[in-house]
Amino acid sequence: MPAIDLGGRRRDVGERVIGIVLFVCAAISVLTTVGIVFVLIEQAVEFFLQVPVADFLFGSTWSALFNNPQFGVLPLVSGTLWITLIALVVSLPLGLLSAIYLSEYADQRVRDVLKPALELLAGVPTIVYGFFAVTFIRPDILRPIFPSIGPFSALSAGIAVGILIIPLVASLSEDAMRAVPRALREGGYAMGATKHEVSWQVVVPAAFSGIVASFILAGSRAIGETMIVALAAGSRPQLVTNPLEPMQTMTGFIVQVFSGDVPYGSLPYLSLFAVGLLLFAITLMLNLISQWVVSKFREVYE
Amino acid sequence: MIGVDSGSSIGTVTAAPVSAGTGVLPAPGTDEKVILSIRDLNVYYGNFHAVGGVSFDVPKNQITALIGPSGCGKSTVLRCINRMNDLIPSARVEGEILYHGQNVVAKGIDPVAVRRRIGMVFQKPNPFPKSIYENISWGAKINGIKGNMDELVETCLRKAALWDEVKDKLKENGLALSGGQQQRLCIARTLAINPDVVLMDEPASALDPISTLKIEDLMRELERQYTIVIVTHNMQQAARVSDQTVFFSLGEQRMGMLVEVSPTRELFTNPRDQRTEDYITGRFG
Repeated sequence: MPAIDLGGRRRDVGERVIGIVLFVCAAISVLTTVGIVFVLIEQAVEFFLQVPVADFLFGSTWSALFNNPQFGVLPLVSGTLWITLIALVVSLPLGLLSAIYLSEYADQRVRDVLKPALELLAGVPTIVYGFFAVTFIRPDILRPIFPSIGPFSALSAGIAVGILIIPLVASLSEDAMRAVPRALREGGYAMGATKHEVSWQVVVPAAFSGIVASFILAGSRAIGETMIVALAAGSRPQLVTNPLEPMQTMTGFIVQVFSGDVPYGSLPYLSLFAVGLLLFAITLMLNLISQWVVSKFREVYE
Repeated sequence: MIGVDSGSSIGTVTAAPVSAGTGVLPAPGTDEKVILSIRDLNVYYGNFHAVGGVSFDVPKNQITALIGPSGCGKSTVLRCINRMNDLIPSARVEGEILYHGQNVVAKGIDPVAVRRRIGMVFQKPNPFPKSIYENISWGAKINGIKGNMDELVETCLRKAALWDEVKDKLKENGLALSGGQQQRLCIARTLAINPDVVLMDEPASALDPISTLKIEDLMRELERQYTIVIVTHNMQQAARVSDQTVFFSLGEQRMGMLVEVSPTRELFTNPRDQRTEDYITGRFG
């Protein structure tokens, strides 16, 4: 036994245990994702054994809960796209302009109040936005303009979803703009550019990848949004070109089935998983596109 | 002793050498060979008096170097000349910087208009994340300069000694160039707005020695058409390129102050102030 013990076996064991615990924590979220995908695929396969994939993807009638059900998903996809489109038309300009204001124009004290307030807006439960659409946006804002609007419509739901995702766009875009080096702005000002020119022609292009990524994330959030559309968009799956009509989205259908009394294992029940899988595939694709945009267009400033 | 470039312009400096507080200044605006006349400039950041009582003249079509230890306010003074200090909310500037008879730091003066006449090149190359071509054409465009853009881009790149290296890749992103090339691109882009003064804030400190020499040669070339004011940490650089040198030092409470203004050769061979001598011989700084 040496006089001074430099062996560290006990510490060695401790470090290894900590490493394992941390690994397990990280693994849980990955495994959960894998599990979800597995369940979706397993049940969806059972559905597709009874309904051909092509009929599902390209059929234009969705009547899952009627006798002689038809499972053409296009009406649900179109409802989802309408709501998403309306939400993006509302949120992208407002979100981007708020971000430019916060990042380039607001002085420190204003920003210190505004940015947390904006992020608080993102913490409002989405069901509250749903009430808001039904009890305020439709009767007080939309009906005076479109007297024919019914109690449920894609427009009122889409506007509410848009308001919901403004903070997401504003906050992520602002982060991207704040990451643009100060030296670049100074370069712009030193060329005799005005604040407006520096903001739009130097900062926004330099933050382009981050801004586009925020747009795509906002789109995928709108596609997946559920409570607002379940409350405000109605529950009529139809392929229409008029956003004043009620529509049903993919998420809206899933809520309707779960809150109804569809027997376990029946075809309408299995159709949930097919719709869920499609939804998952669409948002996954959008996230991949956003990652690609970020890596392709990111400017590296040392 | 530091080698001094024996350029013919040395010794013909028109501004009277000025010592802080003691110099007798010519009446501002009377000498047409003086393009900038700085009079009793004081800069504050909040309560901190960063620069005190600085006065000197910048002769036209010459290179004036501002040297001195870190924190002595030389960059601050430089940034007053094109109103870049306006971007710092707590900064306050007192005194006069006369340019064509107008005090550019006065209240009614539009900083954008000042910057369109007085360009600036920064310490770290900061090209815009746009193509090489657009880096140059952008400044002209926002300043309403019309005419043949291709020609302007080529002229500016030639003046900045960059044309031969980039003429085949004008569409490529400016950030893809090497550091030295980026800095010359920044110089080219500054020339595109046709300034008559170019301020340079340690333009070579982030560059390797070969790129540094290229920038210095370029400055010598540009001096024929433009007036250059350069801040540098590198005394040899000041000695090599400048015609007039302004030495700053730290006074009480870390306030930056001007110690000596002299023709460069004189300042480096025969400084009048003990503090200048200590600094240039390496005993301080």
